[in-house]
Amino acid sequence: MNEMDDLTSSRFSDIPLRQGRWVGVLGWAALLAMIGAQAIGFAISRPERDMGHLQKILYVHVPIAWAMMIAYFIVFVASILYLVRRRERYDLVAAASAEVGVVLTALTLVLGSIWARPTWGVWWTWDPRLTTSAILLVIFAGYLALRAYTEDADRRARWSAAVGILGFLNVIIVYQSVRWWRSIHQVQSSPDTVDPSYALALRLNAIAALLVLAYLVARRYHAARLERAVEARMEMAALEKGGAHV
Amino acid sequence: MSWRAELTRAAALAWKDLTAERRTKANFNAVVFLAGMILLLFGFAFGPDAAALRAAAAGVLWLTVLFGGVLAFNRSYQLELENGALEQLLLYPGSRKTIFLGKLAANLAFVFLVEAIVVPVAAILYDLPLARPFPGLAVVLLLGTFGFVTLGTFYAAMASRVRAREVLLPLLLFPMLVPVVVASVEATSAILAGDPMGDASAWLRLLVVFDAVFFTASVLAFEHVIDE
Repeated sequence: MNEMDDLTSSRFSDIPLRQGRWVGVLGWAALLAMIGAQAIGFAISRPERDMGHLQKILYVHVPIAWAMMIAYFIVFVASILYLVRRRERYDLVAAASAEVGVVLTALTLVLGSIWARPTWGVWWTWDPRLTTSAILLVIFAGYLALRAYTEDADRRARWSAAVGILGFLNVIIVYQSVRWWRSIHQVQSSPDTVDPSYALALRLNAIAALLVLAYLVARRYHAARLERAVEARMEMAALEKGGAHV
Repeated sequence: MSWRAELTRAAALAWKDLTAERRTKANFNAVVFLAGMILLLFGFAFGPDAAALRAAAAGVLWLTVLFGGVLAFNRSYQLELENGALEQLLLYPGSRKTIFLGKLAANLAFVFLVEAIVVPVAAILYDLPLARPFPGLAVVLLLGTFGFVTLGTFYAAMASRVRAREVLLPLLLFPMLVPVVVASVEATSAILAGDPMGDASAWLRLLVVFDAVFFTASVLAFEHVIDE
């Protein structure tokens, strides 16, 4: 019998194929909130004096950066919970959040670069926040690579929890050390770019970004549970088949 | 077990690793020649201008130590993977922290020995004054290397046991090293320039803090990483 047939047979009926209906609702809410926030952003706020419509990038860039920090904070908390309680779901929540965090970090960096080029005249500057975001991207890309290369589920969970906790703590230290490094080199800091009159569009976008974060984490968490369930069944099936030799 | 017994055990473990290395010298020789080659390559990259080379020297020196040293860490665990040696090691009585301390001590000795060759070679190739700034430089090398090797020993405990270990260890380790690299390079370049602004001691104090934080975190997390 081929393994794929095996997976659809009744022995695998306890695999959680369906996810809660609320996830779908969350997805539509996230999409509509994103569209609505952009529409309102364009309708109510005039082009900024110096930046023009370019400034609208910040409506997405800044909330996405916030959502990214929340995603990594979830990784941190879920990793600690995993090491304390050893429940699989904490490991899967951490993994789902790390995946979403990496995507959001890449998005933050790309949007920031597109905005910075016409505004500051450079694609990149060694600002503490920029530098720290780039390091974050690499730290959590490493976290995902470690997960991908570790086959044993228990080992993968423990190792990635340790890497997630250390990685998150390191972010604070990286941020501070880049600040000190910069202050000694005496380069101007980034201008404060958000005017209070643009606050409403920013807030709406923050809500939209949070919904996007929640939706993506929920979807990835469900996918991770499916993968784990299939992995466990395959192990079990292999054990049953090879039972006579063990 | 008393802490004295634990320390004896850590020392025995370190001695075992160093003896294995001393008898083959294969890894040490390869790393030293690689480090020398990296120094030459950076020389080609920054051009033959002596002033430019001297300005870049502190960064080049630390990157050379990093790129060379990172090759040592995986090996220190791979030695244990053959013939189930790691299981044996874990079966011995005593705390698992001791295994980390033993591995850390052996890796520190290895990287310090590499530096003992790399630093004079860098001084010759990049025309650096070595005699006058030596005491300060020794302190930076000591503190910077301690932070680097602590994290390297910790991450190699995981990376050495997966398929893609050659790429995974630097990918996990280097982003964690940013604070240590920044502080070490700044302190080194200040000291090499004669410390005109008095910056070096501030960066050294930071290095002490980073070392303490990373050492504590690695020792605490190690038990979750090694138990099987």
